[in-house]
Amino acid sequence: MREFWDSTIGKKVFVAVGGTILVAYLILHMAGNLWSLAGPGTVEPHIDEYASWLRNFGEPLVPYEGTLWVVRAILLAALVVHLVGVIQLRARNRKARPPEYPARRIGRSWESRLMMVSGVVILVFLVVHILQFSTLTIDVTPLVEGAIYANLYWAFQEWYVVLFYLAAVFLVGTHLRHAIWSVFQTLGVDSPERNGQIKAGASLLTVVIVAGFAAVPILFFTGALGVPIDNEPTAAVLAGGGGR
Amino acid sequence: MRFNLEIWRQFDRESNGHFESFTVDGIDPESSFLEMLDQLNAQLGREKQRMVAFDSDCREGICGTCSLVIDGYPQGPRQVTACQIYMREFTDGATIKVEPYRNSAFPVMRDLITDRSALDRVIQAGGYISTKTGPQPDPNSMPVSPETQKEAFDAAICIGCGACVAACPNGSAMLFTGAKVKHLNLLPQGQPERTTRVIGMVEQMDAEGFGGCTNYGECSRVCPQEISLDVIGMLNREYRKARKDEQPAHRAKMTAQ
Repeated sequence: MREFWDSTIGKKVFVAVGGTILVAYLILHMAGNLWSLAGPGTVEPHIDEYASWLRNFGEPLVPYEGTLWVVRAILLAALVVHLVGVIQLRARNRKARPPEYPARRIGRSWESRLMMVSGVVILVFLVVHILQFSTLTIDVTPLVEGAIYANLYWAFQEWYVVLFYLAAVFLVGTHLRHAIWSVFQTLGVDSPERNGQIKAGASLLTVVIVAGFAAVPILFFTGALGVPIDNEPTAAVLAGGGGR
Repeated sequence: MRFNLEIWRQFDRESNGHFESFTVDGIDPESSFLEMLDQLNAQLGREKQRMVAFDSDCREGICGTCSLVIDGYPQGPRQVTACQIYMREFTDGATIKVEPYRNSAFPVMRDLITDRSALDRVIQAGGYISTKTGPQPDPNSMPVSPETQKEAFDAAICIGCGACVAACPNGSAMLFTGAKVKHLNLLPQGQPERTTRVIGMVEQMDAEGFGGCTNYGECSRVCPQEISLDVIGMLNREYRKARKDEQPAHRAKMTAQ
């Protein structure tokens, strides 16, 4: 295993597997987010129900939030492996090709050129995102624990929050389009016959993930999703005619 | 035809290089790029200046020795070897930039000549088959299907010119190594060393200081032999399997509980 990790190919396999775990999580996260599109509901917003379901998952077999923390631990491990692998590979690549003589661009895609930039920006976004909606530390808009729908609603009334999230999701998309195809190549499970389908599939999955994530801030901002009930007396005033 | 040339000059491995400008005139449009450089050298010789050192051997597109980077394109912009580039493909009066390969594993020896023996050492680490001497074997003792033969040959046509490494923003030699591994690992003659070959070649490739693949695909786009990117996929697959199937030197003795 040690020799495998030390070789360029082995390290790339670790990076690819770590990345695949992160992409799998992104799909689940995106699908879960779509509960917010069910609107404020009559008693409790669906997204809030979904959030408490995630926390109760497996009870009483596993403790409260147990499953959630297991998933978080796996994601953190995948992220660390992905980052350490990429940092070491990048250091090796820069040594192999001194940066003072950059290679001419001969048809490489702009997504692939952006991988390092998009990766770093996504990492920064990830920290901000967790500080905002998980730990509720960045409370530029009112945030209440457990009130997912209301938190989203008030956050996405601010244009700069919407813009920040849309920009981040777009960069996630550029990262994924190159990354998903690359996983197949790095694991060696592609072939010239399947390549067209893999390329199209990678683009399609990227579009689905980006559209799913982008829909939430856009629909909240445009007022397509109603004001949360039982929250903030100024709600009706701020939301204008957006409520249902 | 008349050309302005920006050529990399570097006296030896240790010295620092720089670009030097030259003007060549009276170039026949039908002359090859290397013949144009020959004319430049003849001119420099008459002027008692040091000639431009560049590599060439067959000059018919077979060997890949002419390892020039022309206007940023390894082996020139036509996806052929540099010797197969003709001056009619450039506009009269154009400025052409000529550089050596730029990656750490191929140190510049002089001007445009690089030391590409790193690729030879990758071959030595596994790019061979074991064979017996003696009488000629029966031709049908090792059947190879036409499909396998064609696929192996598509990889075997790699001439080892190193354009893939020069084109790669990471200085990776995976297209080269992949082509060699695919060629031998597909054929029955290559089966005895199937695992040791890929492990040895990848280890040597890493030891030579080549970078890793980030799937840009530029190598395949410049390759004069049009090696397909799937050789890298196969290299990844073979390496992963080889590491999995690798047997320990001696398996431990098993005892009952």
